[in-house]
Amino acid sequence: MTASRVRIIIYSFAAVISLVGLAEATYLTVQYLAGETIVCAGSSGCFEVLGSRYARIAGMPVAAFGALAYFFAFTFATFTAFGSNRARTFFSLTVWAMFAATLWLLFVQAFLLHAFCRYCLFSAAIIFFLTGITVASRPAD
Amino acid sequence: MKRYLPFVIVVVVALLTVGSGAMLYRSRRPMAPVSVKSPVASTKKPESDRLHIRGERNAPITLEEFGDFQCPPCGTLSPLIDELERDYHPRLRIVYRHYPLPMHAHAAEAAYAAEAAGLQGRFWEMHDLLYREQAVWNKAADARTLLNAYAGMLALNIDRFKVDMQSAAVKTTVDSDHREGAERGVKSTPTIFINNLGLAPTELTKAGLRAAVDSAIKESSPKTK
Repeated sequence: MTASRVRIIIYSFAAVISLVGLAEATYLTVQYLAGETIVCAGSSGCFEVLGSRYARIAGMPVAAFGALAYFFAFTFATFTAFGSNRARTFFSLTVWAMFAATLWLLFVQAFLLHAFCRYCLFSAAIIFFLTGITVASRPAD
Repeated sequence: MKRYLPFVIVVVVALLTVGSGAMLYRSRRPMAPVSVKSPVASTKKPESDRLHIRGERNAPITLEEFGDFQCPPCGTLSPLIDELERDYHPRLRIVYRHYPLPMHAHAAEAAYAAEAAGLQGRFWEMHDLLYREQAVWNKAADARTLLNAYAGMLALNIDRFKVDMQSAAVKTTVDSDHREGAERGVKSTPTIFINNLGLAPTELTKAGLRAAVDSAIKESSPKTK
């Protein structure tokens, strides 16, 4: 298999994974804007995390920033799959920034709120996966 | 064609995301703004006697909250509403109604506790305490013990408080509020009505609430001339 084909497969996969994250973050953003609390039924941790002051930045839900970041990750992954080297650099930068934000949010949940939100954990898993792809695809240069 | 394909994909995804987000928002948002023109519709019969009112009883502006003591956003909103009441006194009165959500294990119990405290004249004190201590009793396996402790902190007659919490009258009051909320389109908490006009969830911020109260004052002032 040629290097370019491997790259197409890896980054197409990254784009699909980013889409999943985008869907989740969009869903959470809409829930926040609609004032819905019902979706978190059965998980008090979810309420505590999403209702905390750490779940907002300047009045906007963190999920909205997440949706934006996932959209950028999707865009850059798509362009990389189509052969753009510059997009690959931007993809890496975006994913590393998301990785750093995820570490902070995990820290907040574990040590400041003492509660975990399953949506946030799912998002963290996606970002760890994207980070793994970024790291793994590096030697292919 | 291949050159433009990634652009097409990205634009399609962006449109789908915005479109599905907008559709989801429309389906999720409460039926509010529900407008009940006649104030009589919400203040039937002698029910007004048992309403929990904070502020000037005859104030021209009424902010009515359908709340759940176990809901974190209600807890966040509570101090903002207190601040409004202070700042707009005597033009604004606050009415609290119970809307305990079924998935909150202790919400109904907390509502009963507030009502039971109300029977000893300390509804608002218990209301404030429940929101302030929400993070504590919210997680407790045995919330009842904590609620009794709060009654003690408020110097209530504990024996009477315990009996009242179990009483049919208290449960009927909470159920009646819940029914009223459901009839008026309340789906989630907190839901706020200002002079019977429902606010959108996005307006439940300090600025949003102030804007809504200001607008209600503006609307009511020509009538009072």
